[in-house]
This record gives sequence, C-alpha cells and structure tokens, in this order.
Amino acid sequence: MNRVVIVGAGQAGCSAALKLRALGFSGEIILIGDEPMAPYQRPPLSKAYLLGKTTAEALQIRPLSLYRDQRIELRLGCRVIRVLPHARRIETSTGSLDYDHLVLSIGARPLRLDPAIGGALGNVFTLRSIADVDLIRPVFSAGSRLLVIGGGYVGLEAAAVAAQSGLDVVLVEMADRILKRVACAETAAYFRALHAQHGVRILESTAVRRLDGNGTVARAHLSDDEVLATDLVIVGIGVKPDIALASEAGLKLGNGIEVDVFGRTSIEGIWAAGDCASFPYAGRRIRLESVPHAIDHAETVAANICGAHEPYVATPWFWSDQFDVKLQIAGLNANYDRVVVRRGGRPGAISHWYFGGDTLLAVDAMNDARSYMIAKRLIAAGITPDPKSVADAAIDPGLLLKAYAVSADRKRVSLAGEV
Amino acid sequence: MPKIIFVSADGVTREVAAGADQSIMQAALAAGVPGIVAECNGAAACATCHCYFDPAYAACVGEIGEQESEMLDFAASERTADSRLSCQVRVMAEMDGMTVRVPALQ
Repeated sequence: MNRVVIVGAGQAGCSAALKLRALGFSGEIILIGDEPMAPYQRPPLSKAYLLGKTTAEALQIRPLSLYRDQRIELRLGCRVIRVLPHARRIETSTGSLDYDHLVLSIGARPLRLDPAIGGALGNVFTLRSIADVDLIRPVFSAGSRLLVIGGGYVGLEAAAVAAQSGLDVVLVEMADRILKRVACAETAAYFRALHAQHGVRILESTAVRRLDGNGTVARAHLSDDEVLATDLVIVGIGVKPDIALASEAGLKLGNGIEVDVFGRTSIEGIWAAGDCASFPYAGRRIRLESVPHAIDHAETVAANICGAHEPYVATPWFWSDQFDVKLQIAGLNANYDRVVVRRGGRPGAISHWYFGGDTLLAVDAMNDARSYMIAKRLIAAGITPDPKSVADAAIDPGLLLKAYAVSADRKRVSLAGEV
Repeated sequence: MPKIIFVSADGVTREVAAGADQSIMQAALAAGVPGIVAECNGAAACATCHCYFDPAYAACVGEIGEQESEMLDFAASERTADSRLSCQVRVMAEMDGMTVRVPALQ
C-alpha cells in the first residue's frame, strides 16, 4: 500500500493533494472533508460572496473534474472520528481507512459568543464557512441593523460589505482600538477613518455585556450602558485551531499541532499544515492564518512526503479589501518598536513600515502595491532599508530595492528573484 | 467556448477551453496549467499569476489597472509590454486561439 490520507479539505488539504501529484507521487491520495462541497476559497466569503457578487461554484479552488483527472479521491461530508497512530489507521463516519502518511489540515474554528450572554440566539452568526454566509445572506438586507463584534480584519471586512449593501452598521471592539492584535495605531486610524466616511459607527473600548431577544437577537447591551436595537450580529473575535483529533491521538500540542521545520508532527507518519499547525519561525513557534501560508506549508509537506527533506521557510503575507482600499501586508510585526510612514505615488496611497531595533519586520500598504512588493522582497531577503529613505516619499521605492540589491552579492540573489 | 493556448517557459503548449465568467487565471487553474500560482485567488494582491498576452488580442485583453501595473513592476519574472496579471483579464469569445505565455517564475 502507498496511500496518503489528508484530513481537512480546505486550502491546505487541497494544495497538499495537488502538489503530491504534481511531484509525481503515484500512490493513492484520499482527501477527506466534513463539509459537503468541494474545497473552496474562504477569503471571498467576507467580501464578494457576502455581497452576492459571486457563486459558491465560482469559489471552488479547482473544478471537480480536476480531482478525477489527478486521481485524487474526494470524500466529502465525511467526519473523522479518531486517529489510531500505531495502527496507521483512521476511523471516519463512513468507515475506517489505513494510511502510510496522514496529513492533518483541519484548520481552525471561529470563537463564538458565550450562550450565557445570548450567543445562541437566532441571527447571531460567525463567518468562516459557506454555510455560515448562506445563513447570513437572507437577513443581510438594506436597512437592517447589523452589530459586528470584533474589530479585526474579518469584522472590518464584514462591516465594509454591510455598509456598501445599505445596512446600518455598528462595530464594537473591546480593546482600546480596532486591529489591536494585528496592526499599528496608524493602520487602525486609517481604517477607522475609512469606515467613518462610509457611515460605519465604530465603538472602541466597548464590550457586549449580553444580547437579548425573543429567540432572535433584538438588542445588544453594551458595557457603556448603551442599548442597541439590532437585527443581526456577526461575531468576529478570532479562531482557535481545531485540535480535538490531534489531542486524542497523542500528538504534541501548543498553540495548535506542533510540527518541525519539515511539517512532521511528534508521531511518525503524521504531518500537519495550515491554520492548525504551529511551526518554527525566526527562533520561535508561530501559527499563521492565511491562504498563502496554507498553500506553501502544505506544498512543503507534500514535497517532504515525497522525500525532499525540505525545510519550510515562511514568507508571511496577507491582504484585505475594504471599500475601495486594498490592504497588503508583508511580514510579521511582532515586537516592533517603531513605525515609519511612507506616502505612496498615487492619491490615498500610504504604507506603514514596522521596525524592531534595526530590523524591518513588516509593512502594511494601503492602495500602494509598489511599496508592498518592494517590502515583501526586502523582508524575505532579511534586508533593512534606511528608515530615513523609507520616510522620504521623493525617493522612488524601486531605487530602495535596487540600492540594496547591489549592496551584497549574496542578498542580491534573493532580491532579484529571477536570477 | 474560446480555446486559449498556454505556453510554458520551457515551450510546452496546452490548449484550454475557457468558460465565460472566468478570468484567464481561473481557466488555467481549472485545467491544471502549471506555472500559475495565484496565491490570492484573483484578488490582484500577490502577482503570482503573471502572464504574457499576445499583443494581437490587446483590444479584448483590455486596459491594465493602476494597482496591477504597480505589482507587475516588481513581479518575479521580467515585466514586458505584454505583461498582465491573468486574474484581471476576463475570458472573451474573441479570444479564441489566443496564446498566453507563462513566465518561468512567479
């Protein structure tokens, strides 16, 4: 037998399966998903799909025919109940299955509002799956009063789409500002102003004490004693990795399923990739929730199953669309101590460069793709530009890149990309 | 359905029947054309679906956007006058027989 079983048919699972075939793996590939539909993209759920501008079919990562052509067996609507590592077997809702290699790409689940404070009322939604958005859409209509709980990217994207759809939107954030966990005060201020321009009311340092209503949410009682009339609530307060299966199987855990640089878990023959896996990065252990990471991590695992013995080198990046603004983020801003603001080349374009000591850590670029693309390369190559040059809008950002590209031969290779 | 001919950097060609309501990137991914990564799945955020389009079809390929143009300046493979992000180009019936070259690196 030569069989890879992949549990979790999201972006990571799908990417692992396709990459195995692309690398010439000739054995069986079985991709198991608990949702009834083929692997689909999640980022458009809080954007085009919520707006009704795209269909569920258009969200499919690949058409069903491609899995057939690639001899990837899709088992959809199938729940994995137990992993038995010593027998190299899993038990599922449709029977048991032996494996040579098992890939866990089981993702993360949205945190929900406690039922004790009204989290189980009707019209209180999370936003993670197609099924979630299909529940939201019928009540997502112009004039409805929407309360968004949580000022992270998902909450802000949902608020933007709602405002564009004519809903009356209030967003509450418990911390003293939106984007507290993920971005600097400058980026938060940019998006606060953008949302205010479009009529979204943002309440910071404000918590929801409880929701009430007769079966369906009708009111939200806030920590400042305001009572909001509300027709629907979207809860965007983060996710947690789905570790139940891994825990029971005895895998080492810590902020998700722990893997080494090759994507191996603590048990022989079991790998993990994507949102559910915590991996070594720059001397610490992190978890990333993004599509590019899901693809790259899963593809590295696929290569290593094929014997490549290739370490995973993450180059974190993210994007978000809100109103007419495209935000692109390169790098991870953890432990920054300084933010340098750079005006972009066209109206409204701006980027925020995070430095930690003498090192460029990350950049948020708003409608400023040039700055984003340059920053991404600089960060990937471990090169820090002079903050004074960064702040000087008169210096063409392309020159920043070129100046550093010729400064060190070794670095030039990574920077130039095409060399 | 228009047929689009994808040519990889090493010269391998592949003919793809592209559906209406698709982008060139989606048509390529659906057919498993190698060399197009499309990390952002069409959000014009990553520049990993860069392709070179046959200039004879420029009229139906359409105008380049500002954001797209800025990203192509720093794409992994060299930008030329025929460069576009294939996610930003819609399939049109008039594209039947059009050649799209896939660069070596994304």
